[in-house]
Amino acid sequence: MTQNTATPLPPNPDPCLNVEITPELVAQHGLLAEEYEQVLEIMGRVPNLTELGIFSVMWSEHCAYKNTRKLLRLFPTEKKDKDAIGQVLVKAGEENAGVIDVGEGWGVAFKIESHNHPSAIEPFEGAATGVGGIVRDIFTMGARPVLLTNSLRFGSLESAHVKRLFRGVVSGISNYGNCLGIPNMGGDVYFDDCYEGNPLVNALCAGILKHEDIHRGAATGVGNPVFYVGPGTGRDGLGGASFASRELTEESAADRPAVQKGDPFMEKLLLEACLEMMAIPGLVVGIQDMGAAGLTCSTCETASRGGLGIEIDLDLVPQRETGMNSYEIMLSESQERMLVIVKKGREHEIREVFEKWDLHAAHIGEVKEGDRMVVRHKGVVVADLPAKSLTDEAPIYDQPASEPIHIQAARDWSIKSVPELAVESVESSLKKLLAHPTIASKRWVWQQYDHMVMSGCTVEPGSDAGVVHLSIAGIDKRLAISNDCNNRFCYLDPYKGAQIAFAECMRNLACSGARALAVTDNLNFANPNKPEAYHMLKECVKGLADSCSFFDVPVVGGNVSLYNEHGEGAIDPTPVISMVGLIEKAEQVTRSFIPDAGQSIVLIGGLPHELGGSYFLQTEYGKKEGTCPNVDLGEEKKVQDFLITSIDSGNIKAAHDISEGGLLVAIAEMLFENPELGAELALDSLGDSNRLDALLFGESQGRVLIAVEKDQVNAVLDSAQKSGLAAVSLGGTSDSGRLKLSIAGNEILDSEVNKLHKVWSESIPDKMNLS
Amino acid sequence: MKVAILQFPGSNCDWDAEHAVQDILGIPAARVWHKSPLPSGTEAVIVPGGFSFGDYLRCGAIARFSPIMDDLKSFADQGGQVLGICNGFQILCESGLLPGALIRNDCIEFRCINQRVKVESSNDRFNPEKCGEQLSLPIAHGEGNYRLKEDALEKLESNGQVLLRYIGNPNGSINDIAGIRNEVGNVYGMMPHPERAVEPYHPSRDGLPILKAFLEPILTRSSVEISAS
Repeated sequence: MTQNTATPLPPNPDPCLNVEITPELVAQHGLLAEEYEQVLEIMGRVPNLTELGIFSVMWSEHCAYKNTRKLLRLFPTEKKDKDAIGQVLVKAGEENAGVIDVGEGWGVAFKIESHNHPSAIEPFEGAATGVGGIVRDIFTMGARPVLLTNSLRFGSLESAHVKRLFRGVVSGISNYGNCLGIPNMGGDVYFDDCYEGNPLVNALCAGILKHEDIHRGAATGVGNPVFYVGPGTGRDGLGGASFASRELTEESAADRPAVQKGDPFMEKLLLEACLEMMAIPGLVVGIQDMGAAGLTCSTCETASRGGLGIEIDLDLVPQRETGMNSYEIMLSESQERMLVIVKKGREHEIREVFEKWDLHAAHIGEVKEGDRMVVRHKGVVVADLPAKSLTDEAPIYDQPASEPIHIQAARDWSIKSVPELAVESVESSLKKLLAHPTIASKRWVWQQYDHMVMSGCTVEPGSDAGVVHLSIAGIDKRLAISNDCNNRFCYLDPYKGAQIAFAECMRNLACSGARALAVTDNLNFANPNKPEAYHMLKECVKGLADSCSFFDVPVVGGNVSLYNEHGEGAIDPTPVISMVGLIEKAEQVTRSFIPDAGQSIVLIGGLPHELGGSYFLQTEYGKKEGTCPNVDLGEEKKVQDFLITSIDSGNIKAAHDISEGGLLVAIAEMLFENPELGAELALDSLGDSNRLDALLFGESQGRVLIAVEKDQVNAVLDSAQKSGLAAVSLGGTSDSGRLKLSIAGNEILDSEVNKLHKVWSESIPDKMNLS
Repeated sequence: MKVAILQFPGSNCDWDAEHAVQDILGIPAARVWHKSPLPSGTEAVIVPGGFSFGDYLRCGAIARFSPIMDDLKSFADQGGQVLGICNGFQILCESGLLPGALIRNDCIEFRCINQRVKVESSNDRFNPEKCGEQLSLPIAHGEGNYRLKEDALEKLESNGQVLLRYIGNPNGSINDIAGIRNEVGNVYGMMPHPERAVEPYHPSRDGLPILKAFLEPILTRSSVEISAS
């Protein structure tokens, strides 16, 4: 038995201790009546306001995953094949980020995290601090951050409000990430009405470290001092974690103090100082960033992981506002702060490092015997709780689920409900797709990100995956990064939609010559208390988990963002998948752009034949409907294995997967780096669907286009056939500057590549200039 | 150590510069903290890119007060070779080692692209092998719009102090100026990043002739030393 919890705390000057805890106050803290009962049981007495606040943030969805913890257990967290590259060194949920082995004694730490709700209210700061938070998660592990990407979702770009959000988010990311000097390799951006009012801003960071430099976030060694490093605590971001776990309403704009303000320069200093400190052998015992729920989360998580107690004194916490009470100090989400536990007797070493960087390292407490987190303020104890209860005993819910009716309708859909596409309309349909902001060039976004800093940029954003060379670590290896999630498929069929997101992400890596190592996922969903929303969440998680198991690619961490709703609408299920892949040799690096004339284009995986869920149905008819394309993971694996082997053998000059917009969009995109290029292509038939629209614009899965030297075509076709894959040569590139396609001898398209390129490249800048 | 690469709080291309000079060109280089003195025996200084002191005031306006700047000024006054890249160029302008100022890009946005530039002038102290040719060099900045008063600009141009000019101006710089040198010809500043165009996997390796031209005196001396030994 530890300290007697029944002893009432003495009266004192901190106002938080004199507030009566009413049911209304409990509800305002987002705790259900039964959750509060559990709090009373754990405490053995009525908590004070500060303690209630601590429970509220620690038991919020953002910190405790109370609605998803059971589902997340479905994810494999280790590789089954113990001989394969990419063994998991730090598993999902153990630390701030997972770590995977990349060979030669090096590991990669990576993770994705959302900052959706703050970005909806204050796009610039919301997105900026999203970058800041994920970067801290990575360097906390002891890793040097080497790349950033983002997965962004917005409403229609026709809306002035959405343009403001888009511009604000991109400049927030640009401003913060560029200052840190970590290359941002772009990422993915989708535009769909379902994100109107509730944009998604997911930020990923990956870092590199030696196995022996992995640092843990555990408070160990009784008597070891606890340091607070970074700038002072203010009232900004107060209760951000619980704010992020509620639906957005009109009143949310009044929550602006819950959005933090970022200082990338401070983060850069903190990053360098922390890495310098962690490089000193044996100095740092435990380290954790103060992200969501700030000082609260970092103290009780480190204590809980270390299986010990922790005691801190708030009078020693640097503060940049006067008169802050214990509730405010504990719950503040001021940015760029870290909690560091060092070896007793070596306090001067941490101080020296931080002084060099003009930063403060304040000694605020100690690791204690027992299991309690004790907080003092103005000489009295203001919080005294069992640390483990906060982290491990949060309630877990299995919500009722029921399938939304639109899913059955999607299954019953028939392509016959769509009128046949006339040959004369092919060019205009293609242009409409190329102009859709989801498909159009994202250069407007990534040219605002410094993607070349650190001298590692090997494949620029815009190809299927961004690639960075790890020269900064002094090793001749490359990391490839890809993010994916087509919400349309997840809406129509959550299970298959999630599998498609997974398969496409992995296919993008394969097209780039990379072997997938591991996954980090960002589950963006609506309110889980609504059975239909919970159903979609559950099915998506199952789809992902099954894909992970099939491909033996484990999940090493991620984030859950629920309650993504605004007004009457909810977002489509959006389980963003990000994978890091490894490219060992320079020759394996492959891009999606065809370099020159005289190449043959080969389609692997068979002619597309499904129209359901396609962007064509959106741009042509304004519909999000249809049967989700079939997913066959076995076929998918064959395609990817074939790609990797062919790239290894040096046969492939360019590779591009067929995704949003279908076959014709993918072909056009391959020509766009050099719009002087042309292509003369021919097909014998319309294929299985016997429909022009499904062939040219359908989004059947497991299809890739590759460019090979003309004299290699037969060899490649042979080798595909031996792998049991459908493969057909479509024709070749020329310097005609025209994209020509005929089917069964009839001309279907003859378009100037330059004009198509103009539509594609100018769509987003034009829309943004129109505000 | 022959080449000192200054490191201010917020510098973020210091490693890149060291890598290019030391690992690619094979000249010993080291990063020097802004509170340290410039090591004796320094033969050239690179002021690298980044966001010194967060660039919250004008870019480079705080860095010019750093302790190392006095040493840098004496080094330059004695004819030492100094190259400022991006934020380093901004710092050199703020500290008066180079004329002019760099303000916000006219597009109001940060720009990170591979930029065509033309090498404009050469002299016996800066004579890139590709003089007169077009190069492709990365740029990455929000404030690269070079400004100079009219009379000073005329002087700059007539002295042949413009080193690099943009082909397709990305930021609104006056006379498309991308890089300049001082009147004496030992202090150089440029917005493009030659240190990011040196590896076989970079979009171009056009940074090599620029860095080599700047480090020519050291390269020549090194080869003399090697042949003498």
